[in-house]
Amino acid sequence: MSTPPRAIDLGMMACHVCRQVTAYTEDRHAHCPRCGNTLHARKHASVSRAWALLVAAAIFYIPANVFPIMRTQSISSKDDNTILSGIMELWRAGSPGLAVIVFTASIIVPVLKFLIMGFLLVTVQRSSGMVARQRARLYRFVELVGYWSMLDVFVVAILSALVHFKILSRVEPLPGVVYFGIVVVLTMLSAMSFDPRLIWDNRKSQ
Amino acid sequence: MRPVRHAPFTPICDHRERPIAAFDRLDGMQRARNLIVCEHCDSVYRRRSLARGEVADCVVCGAVLERHQWLGVDAQFALIFAALIVFVIANVSPIVTLGLSGMKAATTLWGAVIAMWNDGAQIVAFLSAMTLFFFPLGQILIFGWVLWFARKGIRAPGFPLAMSALVRVKPWSMIEVFMLGTLVAVVKAHTYFDVVPGAGIWAFGFLTLLITVFSSLDPRELWDLTVETKA
Ligand SMILES: [Zn+2]
Repeated sequence: MSTPPRAIDLGMMACHVCRQVTAYTEDRHAHCPRCGNTLHARKHASVSRAWALLVAAAIFYIPANVFPIMRTQSISSKDDNTILSGIMELWRAGSPGLAVIVFTASIIVPVLKFLIMGFLLVTVQRSSGMVARQRARLYRFVELVGYWSMLDVFVVAILSALVHFKILSRVEPLPGVVYFGIVVVLTMLSAMSFDPRLIWDNRKSQ
Repeated sequence: MRPVRHAPFTPICDHRERPIAAFDRLDGMQRARNLIVCEHCDSVYRRRSLARGEVADCVVCGAVLERHQWLGVDAQFALIFAALIVFVIANVSPIVTLGLSGMKAATTLWGAVIAMWNDGAQIVAFLSAMTLFFFPLGQILIFGWVLWFARKGIRAPGFPLAMSALVRVKPWSMIEVFMLGTLVAVVKAHTYFDVVPGAGIWAFGFLTLLITVFSSLDPRELWDLTVETKA
């Protein structure tokens, strides 16, 4: 099957919100004739925005992992857990399956997001034509799994609300969870700012 | 689901014409409606109607172009109405109840939001309120609003705005993650407390199921199914 033409080569573009196909325009103030949103052939300042948000996320990722996210308090003990120590406790408490899920959502997914987004941004900046299809797939993966990292944040929220037995037993959120929530939002914004069409634009090897 | 491929779009002009001129000759929106552009790689295809269970994939990048819309507008409206009811139940019922030597503690979604706010994690409280309450509720209400009118084939007042809001809010609705988070929290609490699941957890589970159904539907098809009414 022959390769379909690209909209930009045909002098067309599609509205990023409603997908209406229109004639190509450079006008930054052009609006979609159907839904009224601003038209743009590519997301505006995609690479620099995605980089900025990704770097910000990486900076916040350090306190998110170093600071504890949750305090479990009882009369006799006070126990602060970081993301990693919470996972190990879940493992020891006899739920290895769940520990693996939390480990995937809280550690593997964010790290993969940093690596994949960084890789996509670097290859796009170098106009690399290498493994374009695989890179497109990596981007879709990041978009699909990104928000699952909020898992631990919600776990802390539910436990803090539930375990409220005065001095007997008490769970409180600690600053780490705030940083972690910010990391998830920033990585999501970074992925959304990235324009996957750039993977297919100006490829040197073609 | 069988993956289906769209026929690649071929320009309907002779070769000497500039591409832009070719586009101008398409008679306006009606013609453009037959075209679909891959959101991930910019490839242009001529649309064709999909059979039940078919998914059109982009041959270039592999992204989904569109899916067969297997539910009619009426069925979608019924589902969104069900989702609204389940959403209300999920928010007013306790999710789980904990027992510790005779004492009991239960919480709802809003209980969790308030606890985070009071314990110094206001940013998390805000994020939870938005992603678990306001965005999902907004999605349900807006989708219900446009579907109500779409049943008669017309566009609701504020249709363009409503449709744009649906597209923008979608990635920020996180009910499914909350559902899994509840399960993790229950297992963690189970070590120290008696845990009794409440009606809320079932409602959230059901809501997760409904959301899965809705994520296979693209509200943007309503642009094609409805016509503008001149008020
Ligand atoms: Zn594509």
